[in-house]
Amino acid sequence: MKYLCMVYLDERALDGLSKSEYDALVAEALAYDEELRKGGHLIVAQALQPVQTATSVRIRNGRVSATDGPFVETKEQLGGFLLIDARDLNEAIQLASRIPPARLGGIEVRPVRDLAPA
Amino acid sequence: MTDETAERVRRRVEEVYRADSRRVLATLIRLLGDFDLAEEALHDAFTAAAERWARDGEPANPRAWLVSTGRFKAIDALRRRARFDASQGELAERLAGEARDAAAREAEDVEDDRLRLIFTCCHPALTPEAQVALTLREVCGLTTEEIARAFLVAAPTVAQRIVRAKAKIRDARIPYQVPSRAELPARLDTVLHVVYLVFNEGYSASSGASLTRADLSGEAIRLGRLLIDLLPEPEAVGLLALMLLHESRREARASPDGELILLDDQDRSLWNRDHISEGLALVERALASRRFGPYTLQAAIAAVHAQAASAAATDWAQIVGLYDVLARVDPSPVVELNRAVAVAMRDGPAAGLALVDAILDRGDLAEYRFAHAARADLCRRLGRTEDARASYERALALTRQEPERRFLERRLAELTG
Repeated sequence: MKYLCMVYLDERALDGLSKSEYDALVAEALAYDEELRKGGHLIVAQALQPVQTATSVRIRNGRVSATDGPFVETKEQLGGFLLIDARDLNEAIQLASRIPPARLGGIEVRPVRDLAPA
Repeated sequence: MTDETAERVRRRVEEVYRADSRRVLATLIRLLGDFDLAEEALHDAFTAAAERWARDGEPANPRAWLVSTGRFKAIDALRRRARFDASQGELAERLAGEARDAAAREAEDVEDDRLRLIFTCCHPALTPEAQVALTLREVCGLTTEEIARAFLVAAPTVAQRIVRAKAKIRDARIPYQVPSRAELPARLDTVLHVVYLVFNEGYSASSGASLTRADLSGEAIRLGRLLIDLLPEPEAVGLLALMLLHESRREARASPDGELILLDDQDRSLWNRDHISEGLALVERALASRRFGPYTLQAAIAAVHAQAASAAATDWAQIVGLYDVLARVDPSPVVELNRAVAVAMRDGPAAGLALVDAILDRGDLAEYRFAHAARADLCRRLGRTEDARASYERALALTRQEPERRFLERRLAELTG
């Protein structure tokens, strides 16, 4: 089963890190991606640019409206994501709990829905 | 078949249902991989039992018979549905194949099925309300209406919580398993918390006409016993001890007309000695493990009360000491409040009041009725009538339970009188 692990954090927590702390976190996150890949769990992982770079797109009355910013203004923003393959939710939680930025923010684990016709 | 035989068999099937239906359900969920399918199978198996046992006699192992019958009823039901939905047919054939393969090792871990069921119902990915509702429904076998009545919510609300929880178990694929050693402590905490929530609601109803709800406390104690049978971890033992020691005072906690009686004023001869001696033995056992936690410590505090002949003869110094340990292991404003009350008993009301005021001044427990009631009582004992009145009024405004309201009103009237 596929699970999307969304990494939420307060970007100020990231900004607050020193250069060496930030580099260490990135190295650790990349190493964990590699570990997941070797274990056959990783499908894709990406970090995201800061939330100021976000644009929200909606279609209303057939017209596209694009606005500045994320969908929801909250303190914790989506900072990156990993699409993983896990046996069940317990394994997904166990894998997600070791994503390094979990220490700064939190990881939302969502099962992926299969939209293929039944 | 005579009516008499039919009646005898019907009563016997009911007896087996009461004793074994949860075990059978737990195993069927594992075998069929789905709560709803398993519940349907359970129902069909018991319906078949009433018929077939009357004709062929009761089988040697009724529980195994029910599991096997339920399993094949489910496979039949899926095959019938396959005419409309091909995926149901595939599922039926997979389950039928597993049934053939597994027939030999059927008995393997049937006892573990009940633990699997408990851990699944109390999975941390479910909301606490859903954990409680699902546990009472699936593990204890209460009906949706009974759960709704016990928690004073509408039956459709409870039904919806259960439906959503089952959907999450299926869609997020929450596995039907006992957690690994590494996960066990955290997962057991959630289970114990659910049992504790059920007990607490029974011990001190958060709202409504009566002080306690014996049925809920009874269910929680039954769950606690089941848990230590299956998984005798020290904190599970400590929680059962805690529940038994609190439960021992049920008769003494309210007057015949339902009025609240505080610990100091209780007739201790009404305390249930069987519960107390069982609780004391369990506390000893949990403490001896040296791996105990907050439930065992709370049970140890309840044990000191249970052994005292009167409020005055209580070893308050020991109680304060136990609260000190509890505050280190599991710090919370409520623990601090209880410690403050014990300090008041050991060192006098002024010492206790200083601690209670410190908690309230921090802004903690401002909405907690027991904090204001405790402050009121300490002020009353110090002769600070106006402060006592203000705090009783604050507590009164926060209570939603009738006997408590009447108790606080009596105390207020006494201040004036």
